[in-house]
Amino acid sequence: MENLERILTEHPFLEGLDKRHIQLLVGCASNVVFKTGDFIFREGEPADAFYFIRHGRVLIETYVPQKGSIIIRSREEGEILGWSWLVPPYRWHFDARAVKLTRAIALDGKCLREKCREDHDLGYEVMKRFALIIAERLEATRLQLMDVYGNSTKE
Amino acid sequence: METAQKNKGIGKSDEPMLTEPFSIRRIRKETFDTFSLELESDRSGGTFAFSPGQFNMLYVYGIGEVPISISSDPTGKKAFVHTTRAVGKVTKAMWKLKVGDTLGIRGPYGNGWPVEKAVNNDIVIVAGGIGLAPLRPVIYHVLANRDKYGKVVLLYGARTPEDILFWKELKKWRSRFDMEIHITVDRATGKWRGNVGVVTNLIHRSPFDPHHCITMICGPEVMMRFTILELQKRGISDESIYVSMERNMKCGIGLCGHCQLGSSFVCKDGPVYNYGQFKEVFGRREM
Repeated sequence: MENLERILTEHPFLEGLDKRHIQLLVGCASNVVFKTGDFIFREGEPADAFYFIRHGRVLIETYVPQKGSIIIRSREEGEILGWSWLVPPYRWHFDARAVKLTRAIALDGKCLREKCREDHDLGYEVMKRFALIIAERLEATRLQLMDVYGNSTKE
Repeated sequence: METAQKNKGIGKSDEPMLTEPFSIRRIRKETFDTFSLELESDRSGGTFAFSPGQFNMLYVYGIGEVPISISSDPTGKKAFVHTTRAVGKVTKAMWKLKVGDTLGIRGPYGNGWPVEKAVNNDIVIVAGGIGLAPLRPVIYHVLANRDKYGKVVLLYGARTPEDILFWKELKKWRSRFDMEIHITVDRATGKWRGNVGVVTNLIHRSPFDPHHCITMICGPEVMMRFTILELQKRGISDESIYVSMERNMKCGIGLCGHCQLGSSFVCKDGPVYNYGQFKEVFGRREM
């Protein structure tokens, strides 16, 4: 537990969070390991966690009939994986698959939702941080949709 | 910006629009629509010197002329390389040429990347798509003078894994352990195990000192705009950021005015601009 508290305290995502709130998060946290090829979650399943990736690489993908798996995004060391646990109906929208041995800290979404309901200050801090992540992903998705590397050169 | 290396160049000084014939020594298909031409003068021996970031005007006889940046090693070789995508009338005609065919060349033109100014600093190179080609001479230069620079980081974004340029060299550079290379693609399918997402995603986790670094960016303008925003978030000053601009260059010597951008001509005053001095113009729609 002491180790988890130290890791979470030092993580940039939680920078500035009170010790009291960190301890509440630790109560919902656990160490997890995924082998290469393991699915961390699958589309449509209950979204009951999010992850602080400590090591490895995870691909977020979806299956398109006739095309197979399309990789949408990757997540690496130091990054946060998953925000569907925060938004009803709490179901994953995509698959997440480890393509390297991946170590992470999992935060139980149901446990954390409950703590955020009880402590609105914690709820605000968590929402504030996830709002940044969601905004960054929205911007990145827009850039991907622009297909900026397509043919543009004039002669 | 760096002053372009003093170089007699190709073409006579009293006839600046006159090209010199160069033969295609080698053709390399880089991706399904991108290729490199290695060119060598039909005239006497000697070497062709240029600064990283400069370009030549390439004339396909009877079709037309296009500006293309030089993508080879700048250290005075006899031959040099241009990498381009077959997208328009001239480059599509170029795509059909064969080894031994001749092109008209004049150049080199434009300024270069600030490789001298970057000495004793970290270097962050951000390339998007074919934007890696004008930056490849910088990498050659920096690696040939590795002890003069701090950390060297290349962040490269491509459309798909199949669109990644210079695979072989990227692997070679990665194996040196004195250069960080991060590659990402906008989309991929099952076999890809690397990063997926826009190139700007790579900036926040790159190991460089934002207060002692020079950044060089080349790619589509929209990609450069978002890259600058991410670099600013990391604390890099506008004066440490350099961008390469692309405009409709025709004469290459600042006479025709086709490539005017604000008060400058991209062919003569660019294509590399310091963002700190250029930000009022950069990204303005009417420019």
